[in-house]
Amino acid sequence: MAVSPYLPTPGFARLRKAKSTAVTAVLVICALAVIAPLFLVIYFLLVQGWSSLDWNFFTQLPKPTGETGGGMANAIVGTLTLLGMATIMGVPLGVFGGIYLAEYGSDRANDWLRFAADVLNGVPSIVWGMVIYLVLVVPFKTFSAYAGGVALGLMMVPLVMRTTEEVLILVPQSYREAALALGVARWKVIMVIVVRTALKGIATGVIVALARIAGETAPLLFTALGNNFWNHNLKEPIAALPLQIFAYAISPYDDWHRQAWAGALVLMALILALNITVRVLSRDRSNTH
Amino acid sequence: MSTLPEAPAAHAASEPAKGSPGPAPAATASLPVAAGEIAFDIKNFSMWYGPRQALMDVTIRIPAKKVTAIIGPSGCGKSTFLRALNRMHELTPGTRIEGSLRHFGEDLYGPGVEAVAIRRRVGMVFQKSNPFPTMSIAENVLVGLRLNGVRDKEILQRRLEESLHMAALWDEVKDHLSRPGTSLSGGQQQRLCIARSLAVQPETLLMDEPCSALDPIATAKIEELIQTLRESYTVVIVTHNMQQAARCSDRTAFFYMGRLIEFDDTRRMFTNPGNPQTEAYVSGRFG
Repeated sequence: MAVSPYLPTPGFARLRKAKSTAVTAVLVICALAVIAPLFLVIYFLLVQGWSSLDWNFFTQLPKPTGETGGGMANAIVGTLTLLGMATIMGVPLGVFGGIYLAEYGSDRANDWLRFAADVLNGVPSIVWGMVIYLVLVVPFKTFSAYAGGVALGLMMVPLVMRTTEEVLILVPQSYREAALALGVARWKVIMVIVVRTALKGIATGVIVALARIAGETAPLLFTALGNNFWNHNLKEPIAALPLQIFAYAISPYDDWHRQAWAGALVLMALILALNITVRVLSRDRSNTH
Repeated sequence: MSTLPEAPAAHAASEPAKGSPGPAPAATASLPVAAGEIAFDIKNFSMWYGPRQALMDVTIRIPAKKVTAIIGPSGCGKSTFLRALNRMHELTPGTRIEGSLRHFGEDLYGPGVEAVAIRRRVGMVFQKSNPFPTMSIAENVLVGLRLNGVRDKEILQRRLEESLHMAALWDEVKDHLSRPGTSLSGGQQQRLCIARSLAVQPETLLMDEPCSALDPIATAKIEELIQTLRESYTVVIVTHNMQQAARCSDRTAFFYMGRLIEFDDTRRMFTNPGNPQTEAYVSGRFG
C-alpha cells in the first residue's frame, strides 16, 4: 500500500482542529448576536412595561397631565382602525397589482413595475408621511384618520404586490391549463382557480405587511397626528399606539414613561401575534401541498 | 365524402409498403374515407414556436366517435398537434400557425372564433392528473359548469352523477363526494379529471398521455373507460405506449419530426404499415 504523501503530521492536525473550533465559535457567536437583541427587547419591555399594564390601560383614556393612572384604550383602537383602513386600501391594490404582474403584462412592462414596487418599498416612511400631508392634510386643512390610513395603506401596496406575485407564480401551470381546457374565461380561471389556490400565501403576505406597518410612527406624525380622546370621526385626528408611545416617551413625567413602556409592550405583542399567525398559516400551506 | 367504397382506398394505403420505400408523402391523400362524420378536418396545418417549426404541413381527417391515437417519438410534435386542436398552444407565447383546422365544420381559427368557446366543445385531459387542490370531488367535477354560469341544483346534481358514472368513478366516490379531490389515488384523480372534462359536455376529448403517470391497473381502468367514451365522444389520445395505442384506438396517426407520416386503421398500422418509418417505429427499432 502506498502511503499518501499528503497525510498530515500530528502538529498539522492539531492546528486544523483548532481552526475548526475557532470558526465554529465565531459562527455561534454571530448566530447568538442575531437573536440576542430580540430577547433584549422583550426582556426590557416586560420588566419596564408589565407592571404598568392593568385593566385600565386597555379600557381608559389617557389622564390629563399631573394625574396618575389612565390608559391607552383610544390608541389601541386607533391603531386597529388605522390598520383596518390601510388593509381596505392596500390589499386590493396590492393583490390586483400582484395578479397583473403574475398573470398579465409584458415582460418589459412587468420589469418596470417590479422595479417601481421595489423602489416604493424603499421609500422612507417619513417621506410617505410628508407626501400624504401635502396631498390629504393641507387641502382639507385638518389632520385625519383617513390621511393616516392612506399613508399606511400605500406602504402596504408594494409589499402585498410582490408577495402576491410570488405565490401566484408558484401555482402550477397545470391548474390554469385544466381550467382553461374546460372553456372557462381567463379572468375567471385566475380569480377563482389560481387566486383561490394561492389564497393562504396571499393572506400570509398581507399579514406580513400589516406587521411591518403596525409599528410605523413617522407616516402618522403629520397625518393621523394623534389624539388624547376617542376619535368619533375619521375626518379628525386619531390616536395610535406608536404616536402615543412617542409622545409619552419624550415627556418629562415618570408615570407617562411607564405608560409608554406598557404601550410598547402591547404594540410588540400585537406584532408578535401577527408574525405567529404567519408562521401558522405557512405551516398549513406546506402540509396541504 | 362518406360514400367512397373502402376497399380500393385501403388497397392504395397498404401498397407503398411493398413498393416504394423512403419517405412517403403524407399518407392522408390516399386515406380511406370512412363512413361517418369527420371530427377534425385539418388541411396543410403548420405551426411554429418562434423560429422553430414544430408541425409541417399536416393534413388529416380525424373521424368522429372513434378513438384516434397519435404516436411518435419524443419531440415529434404529437403533443403540439393535440394542443392545437383546442388552441391550448396559445398559452405558449410566440406560436404561429398556418393552414386550416375545422372541428365539425367550424373553423377553429376563424375570425371571431374564441378559444374559450372552442374549449367548451373540445375538452382536454392532461398527462399529470390535476384536480384543483382547494376543491372537493364534487366541486372539481362541477367547476366547469359553475364557472360557466350553471346555477340550477338539479342540473348540477345530474351532471355530477352522469360525469362520474361516465368516468367509471361513481361507485368509488359516491359516499364521500365532499372529500378533497386530491385525497384520491393517482388513477382515481385522473378519472376525476376525465369526469371534470366530461361534465361540460364536450364533443371531443383530447388526452395527452393520460396514463403515463399511472400504474398498470389504473392504466387498464382508463383504457377501459376510453372504450366506453367512444360511444358518445370523439377521443384523440397522444400516447408514448404503442401497446396502448394498439389496444384502445380505432385509428392511429404516426408523427415524426413534425410531420404526419402515416394515418390508418390501428390494426393495419401495427401489422402492415404502409411506410417503412412507421414499421420501424411500431416494431421498436427506433424512438
